[in-house]
Amino acid sequence: MSELTLLLIRLAFLAVLWFFVIAAVGVIRTDLFGSNSPAPAAARKPAKPARQPAKPKKGEPKQLVVTGGPLQGTIINLTETPITIGRANDATLVLSDDYASSRHARLFPQDGQWIVEDLGSTNGTYLDRSKVTRPTPVHLGQPIRIGKTVIELRK
Amino acid sequence: MSNAVDVAAVPMTAKRRGAQLVMLAFAVAIVMVAYANVGLGINGQVPAGMLAYGLGLGGLMLAAYFVLARFAPWADPLILPLVTLVNGIGLVMIYRIELSGQPGASAGNQLFWTAVGVVMFSATLIVLRDHRALQRMTYTAGFVGLALLILPLVPFLGREINGARIWVGIGGFSIQPGEFAKLALVVFFAGYLVAKRDVLALAGRRLLFIDLPRARDLGPVLITWGVSVGVLVFEKDLGTSLLLFGAFIAMLYIATQRTSWVLIGILLFVGGALAAGQVFDHVQNRFQVFLDPSDPALYDKIGGSFQLLQGLFAFGSGGILGTGLGQGHPREIPLSFSDFIFAATGEELGLTGLMALLMVYALIVERGLRTSIAARDPFSKLLAGGLSFILAWQVFIIVGGVTNLIPLTGLVTPFMSQGGSAVLANWILIALLVRMSDAARRPPPQAIQDEGLTQVFQR
Repeated sequence: MSELTLLLIRLAFLAVLWFFVIAAVGVIRTDLFGSNSPAPAAARKPAKPARQPAKPKKGEPKQLVVTGGPLQGTIINLTETPITIGRANDATLVLSDDYASSRHARLFPQDGQWIVEDLGSTNGTYLDRSKVTRPTPVHLGQPIRIGKTVIELRK
Repeated sequence: MSNAVDVAAVPMTAKRRGAQLVMLAFAVAIVMVAYANVGLGINGQVPAGMLAYGLGLGGLMLAAYFVLARFAPWADPLILPLVTLVNGIGLVMIYRIELSGQPGASAGNQLFWTAVGVVMFSATLIVLRDHRALQRMTYTAGFVGLALLILPLVPFLGREINGARIWVGIGGFSIQPGEFAKLALVVFFAGYLVAKRDVLALAGRRLLFIDLPRARDLGPVLITWGVSVGVLVFEKDLGTSLLLFGAFIAMLYIATQRTSWVLIGILLFVGGALAAGQVFDHVQNRFQVFLDPSDPALYDKIGGSFQLLQGLFAFGSGGILGTGLGQGHPREIPLSFSDFIFAATGEELGLTGLMALLMVYALIVERGLRTSIAARDPFSKLLAGGLSFILAWQVFIIVGGVTNLIPLTGLVTPFMSQGGSAVLANWILIALLVRMSDAARRPPPQAIQDEGLTQVFQR
């Protein structure tokens, strides 16, 4: 067996090995670039707007952290959806606090800012020391007090 | 969010059995070409046993394919062909090393264990119809895992081979229970973390820019750390110790999404490793070898850097394109058929071939993680993530060790190294991944009729 033949066999084998890898990637191409067929492509579109807010820009809050009260330590990841707080079972953050109303307050994003709004609660919502009377923007680390619970936004 | 996941899963639902069969045939063909290449490289003839080996492997994988097509029809089409390729290349390398005359290398033996591995793969798929049954056995799995870890320490039963007490002798066989323990423990970690992750994710005090977990939640991490250190101290097995602790930390991270756990894990590990280095000779020795393998004193010492440096020489002589199959000198590396099979392969296939192999491993892991993302319940997510992670982590530890990126710890290269226990355990691992990918990719049940409050579903 001549040197040249062996060299060619060697190179051919490596090429075949890589061809296998490329073929394998081809099989899962749909994972990487999405399917080329139109029907699934159409089905994918509505998913996009929902996906973008998963990556908030720098400087924007990503988490809502409960810093005081019975639920201390709870963390809610912020998405584009508003967060409701109260004793009602369908609230995002369910409080078991006699001082909280069933639908107490709401946090929602607007133009990259999170706004807190009191939903007509009995005992009121406080941002820092002041009572929230109309929708007010919340800054990072500003404590929001609802009954015994204190929450704040964090990066 | 769940909506987005469902939509993304839509184009995945093709079964792609055809693609799987083609890729499987391709993998077997590559392995047969490699056999022929070995023979041509050594003595200019296609080896006589090539057909037997090739058809043996092909037959086994065809059987595995039929079991998979029957019992897990929606499973990922790539996992089986990729595993076939690495297992086959491992067989070829062991065959080649056996021809070079290194004592201990036996391709026939490895082919036998591969066959048993495929049988275990099929048995797992047939018996385990729903992997969530494993969730009910969380604590049983944890207990079994611990028992398997401790087994080699039992007097008269455990055996010490090459300085590590990780073997159990039963009759003429010796098996490594640690290989199976890691599977049981990953099942346990997954079940345990699903139950406890909400507690473990609670934030405690905030330090600089990370939320530390509460001090009382540190228990599980400390216990796992203690077990890992125990494995290191009593069984002198650095690899398994690192593997277990890494797997727990990674799964904790997957479960809680908290970076602080990773930092705590790294700190604990570094602390443990430093302390072990001070106290135990074999750990310190490994570290010295890592720092300066070319030190002549270490090179000549028994248990010094000789093996590692021979491996590095092999990589060097292989270069970019390798010497070609059958034309290297794997005999020069001690244990080139087990721990150092990657170095022997590196000499003959070169950097190009090794990168292809690492890509194949990466793709297997990617399929596993993909399964984890597509899975619908948290237990499957954690189990698939954990199993893929230990596969990747194992490859990293041994390849990193052999290339002197990290201190060398004895671990098998999954599917390539000679060794029955590892091959069996890894085939079971793959069967679990296949079972979960089948569940994850199976389309949701369709409603037969569309009116009324009561809906009839067809499975």
